[in-house]
Amino acid sequence: MLEIESLTTRYGSISALREVSMTVGSGEVIGLIGPNGAGKTTLLGSVAGLLKPASGVVRFEGDDETGSSPDQMLRRGVALVPEHRRIFTDMSVVENLKIGGVTIPAAERTGMMDEMVELFPVLKDKWTTSAGYLSGGEAQQLAIARALMSKPRLLMMDEPSLGLAPILIDVVFDLIVKLKEQGMTLLVVEQNATRMLGVSDRAYVLRSGALVAEGTGTDLLARDDLFDTFVGN
Amino acid sequence: MNQLIQNLVDGLGRGSIYALLALGIAVIFGVMHLVNFAHGELITVSGYLAYWMFISGVTWYLIAPAVVICAVIVSVIIEQVAFRWVRGAADFTLLLTSFGVHFVVEALFLMYVSASVKSFNRPGWIANTFSVGSVSVEIFDMVVILVTLLVLGLTALILQRTMFGLALRAAAEDFDTARLMGVKSDRVIRGAFMLSGLLAGIAGVFWLMRAGATSPGAGTTPMLKGVLAALIGGLGSLKGAVIGGFALGLAEVLLRSNLPGSVASLTDGVVFALIAVLFIFRPQGLITVSHAERV
Repeated sequence: MLEIESLTTRYGSISALREVSMTVGSGEVIGLIGPNGAGKTTLLGSVAGLLKPASGVVRFEGDDETGSSPDQMLRRGVALVPEHRRIFTDMSVVENLKIGGVTIPAAERTGMMDEMVELFPVLKDKWTTSAGYLSGGEAQQLAIARALMSKPRLLMMDEPSLGLAPILIDVVFDLIVKLKEQGMTLLVVEQNATRMLGVSDRAYVLRSGALVAEGTGTDLLARDDLFDTFVGN
Repeated sequence: MNQLIQNLVDGLGRGSIYALLALGIAVIFGVMHLVNFAHGELITVSGYLAYWMFISGVTWYLIAPAVVICAVIVSVIIEQVAFRWVRGAADFTLLLTSFGVHFVVEALFLMYVSASVKSFNRPGWIANTFSVGSVSVEIFDMVVILVTLLVLGLTALILQRTMFGLALRAAAEDFDTARLMGVKSDRVIRGAFMLSGLLAGIAGVFWLMRAGATSPGAGTTPMLKGVLAALIGGLGSLKGAVIGGFALGLAEVLLRSNLPGSVASLTDGVVFALIAVLFIFRPQGLITVSHAERV
């Protein structure tokens, strides 16, 4: 579904991502792990169109999408739940969902919002509440629901468990499993490597902008040296 | 008491025009982080259109909508010609660009039209008054206030109830995330400039009706008033821009009416001093804006 070939992305003269290649197959859950500054968020930003790669290719369902804008990528079926959720705090929960569905026909938007309420029942009680008043867990669920409103085929999530209480982290990982069961393809950046590898089909490990390991969750979990050295978990 | 009521109506009338101008400036600031010092040029260009239509024998009933349409078109043209190329640049670059547009437009009229003031007749009803008890109220003030309230109400509806409004608000809060949701940056910025032009055009109709004249620098004063009002309200806050506009209008009229005759001519100076005092205590303006990401 997603193929990344020799992707390099720079901030000025600094290469945040160096010659990274990876693939995400349809229906797979792929973990992307590594320490702070490894280039994980840069990779997601480069795929989502927020950052222009200096070189390399991003291919989605066979089409070259390198350098496409975020709205083009979303219309192609790639959605990103950004780091720190970045919900629109001045807007209500329902308005956040509506804006998440800006790319789908108006007639489908209401149905999608109903689906989101089923998937995230907590949002129903907060429907007209300003999103700025949501708790961390509620905000994360809103951020994911908002991204799902566009009916993506590939959902990318950047640190979905960041800053959440342990019980809410369970909710996030349960949701990843649930989405996987529904056939969603997921590419998830996660600092909580152990938990992520537990739900991933495969994972990639990044360090200093370069890919240093890849494999199934079980394989990588077995490599203590990898965790001690690169993840510190 | 009668004097106070008359001053309040006059101040609200004046403040209505400032509110429309400030709201347009706040809309652009929200999506681009640009303090648009070229905003007044929409009134300058529209003013010349009004003048040319007037000397061609066209009435205000046609001039007024033409002025509004002209302001919308000029606003979009300025975005396409000037601001499009500096999207995402440093705030100072955007600021300089807007100053550049301001001076270029003024220079073009100086070079190719005339430096002299071009006068045209105001509408006949503009000086008419009506009495409420012993208070004499200008019809013009009431028209300005009512039209402004109607426009503000419609603008609020657009922002709250339409997808364009939601996209504009989302882009004003966090432009990158709005793009991730599928909001097209070109479309939302162009829409913001259209809305800003529409608001400036309506304000421009009232400004030109009252002024009865235009000149190459005609847009400078309304632009300054609009920027000031937006700053008073809290730059980036749409609600604040409207409040700032009304506050500025009321302050001007009340000060002009109540300052001793010997210093009445210093009203603008006193207003600026009061604004400076406000900024000492509330540098963020009346309404605090916590985000206003830029393109």
